[in-house]
Amino acid sequence: MWRFIGYRMLQAIPVLLVVITATFFLVRLAPGGPFSSEKAVIPEVRAALEAQYRLNLPVFEQYTAYLGDLSRGDLGPSFKYPGRSVNELIAAGFPVTAELGLYALLVALCIGGTAGIIASLRPNTAQDYVPMSAAMIGICMPSFLLGPILILVFGIYLDWLPVSGWGDSPGDKVLPAITLGSAYAAYIARLGRAGMLEVMSQDYIRTARAKGLPEWQVVVRHALRGGMIPVVAFLGPAFAGLLSGSFVVETIFQIPGLGRFYVQAAFNRDYTMILGSTVFLATLIVLFNLLSDILAAWMNPRLRSQFGDR
Amino acid sequence: MTTTRAITDITEAEQGTSLWQDAWRRLRRNHLAVCGLAVIVFFILVAALTPWIAPYGYAQQNLELGASPPSLAHWLGTDVFGRDLLTQILYGGRISLAVGFLATAVALLIGVTWGAVAGYAGGRVDAVMMRLVDILYALPFMIFIVLLMVVFGRNMLLLFLAIGAVEWLTMARIMRAQVQSLRQQEFVEAAISLGLSPATIIRRHLVPNALGPIIVYTTLTIPSVMLLEAFLSFLGLGVQPPQTSWGLLISYGAETLEEYPWLLLYPGLALTLTLFSLNFLGDGLRDALDVRGARD
Repeated sequence: MWRFIGYRMLQAIPVLLVVITATFFLVRLAPGGPFSSEKAVIPEVRAALEAQYRLNLPVFEQYTAYLGDLSRGDLGPSFKYPGRSVNELIAAGFPVTAELGLYALLVALCIGGTAGIIASLRPNTAQDYVPMSAAMIGICMPSFLLGPILILVFGIYLDWLPVSGWGDSPGDKVLPAITLGSAYAAYIARLGRAGMLEVMSQDYIRTARAKGLPEWQVVVRHALRGGMIPVVAFLGPAFAGLLSGSFVVETIFQIPGLGRFYVQAAFNRDYTMILGSTVFLATLIVLFNLLSDILAAWMNPRLRSQFGDR
Repeated sequence: MTTTRAITDITEAEQGTSLWQDAWRRLRRNHLAVCGLAVIVFFILVAALTPWIAPYGYAQQNLELGASPPSLAHWLGTDVFGRDLLTQILYGGRISLAVGFLATAVALLIGVTWGAVAGYAGGRVDAVMMRLVDILYALPFMIFIVLLMVVFGRNMLLLFLAIGAVEWLTMARIMRAQVQSLRQQEFVEAAISLGLSPATIIRRHLVPNALGPIIVYTTLTIPSVMLLEAFLSFLGLGVQPPQTSWGLLISYGAETLEEYPWLLLYPGLALTLTLFSLNFLGDGLRDALDVRGARD
């Protein structure tokens, strides 16, 4: 197990380096300098600004200096919000995004997991078709369509829930969480169903039934652990999707999270902010992929034994 | 008794059905997949004929009329500039479908070539090529596409390339697995001993035999590509006005959903219906061609 973890962690390092390097040089390739919009800047001021942002150095030295800053956890100053560092902006936005992502993941796991298990218990009956059709709708309905529709129905026609804000009024976190979570609920339902069907046909399940366990115990104690492996392995990619999906949901519901900052930074050409948040998000996503792989390996004895220990 | 059995077996074998006839028969029994196919064919036809069948001109405005709900003159209503929504959806669909198919073609080309070369070469070449795929898999691509669109401006060609560059990875994995199992077989050995070049063997013998999984996965890639385009256009990073796409129409509709909900609902319906049909068709094809694990 430790060898597996070590091996996967070693794999994560080149990934992170590629992310940082690619982002850094992509941003440097962008046409127009960060100060080209302010027309009449006195040369001395311009030089001082460029020195402050290290733009006067050769690109490669900028790169090594940035790596040095990164290793100390410093993402540099923001171009568009003078006096604020990218660290501060991320610290302001990320907790909101993380909270939203967490709720969405809970929605996805509860609804998707339950639907998948229920469908797998009686395959090819109404009990299977109904949740699976709902899942297909969930996959085909993009969040930027589902969100406005939910707003229209529950916020405007029925007037049950607030349609924007975050933590300002009770219940304003419900619609965003559902909007963001629904597509993942659908994927989890499909993965869970497939995983459970695979497991339920195996010998050890027949053994569990043969020794007279009630069906619910067979499902909960024996089948779930094996059947949910695909779902757990999906959690890493799902987390990545939740983070990028939150761009849209935060825009729709006007939530002051990292996703909205990121899109704004993209439009403002706030390069250090784009660079900083890309590096931050990418690191987070790589870490989550790592975690969900380790969790899946822990749940799957065959994968563990591949790496030589119990 | 046994002789008669054997004889009927032989006649059956002689009549034989090809893999494709067999798959087509199985697909036809799957009503959802057939409906999906019909909808897709219909949408493609409509997209191709749009300039002739659109009820109004693409840029034709009627500012006096403004936004009006669906009526006899405008079946799906009009937007704030009095432009006919049906016409907008028809023209938007052309772009959305074009992006879907072309970007998938890019992904297909890269993925199949990459996977076939890696699987055929094997050994160290394979290890390096597939490690690269692993690394790219771990990159947060959505963020990168946003970045690309910001850095290089929002042009359509880049959109195709960027989306295609993201979606080829799974195709490469599937193709490699196929080639690895195929290259052990006698007909490939025969081709090698005939002295055919690797490129010819891949093109003439390996790719045609891996066509099933490729088709299935292509059908499943198109909807995810279309979704990606809609997502980018919704954020304002994809298709730019005066051109339009379903994603862009949905984004306009979302801005005015309280006053003019039809501007959101109909483009949304068009997109969802297309994605639905493609997914059902893909699932049906996967069952019909008996391809396992095309989704992982």
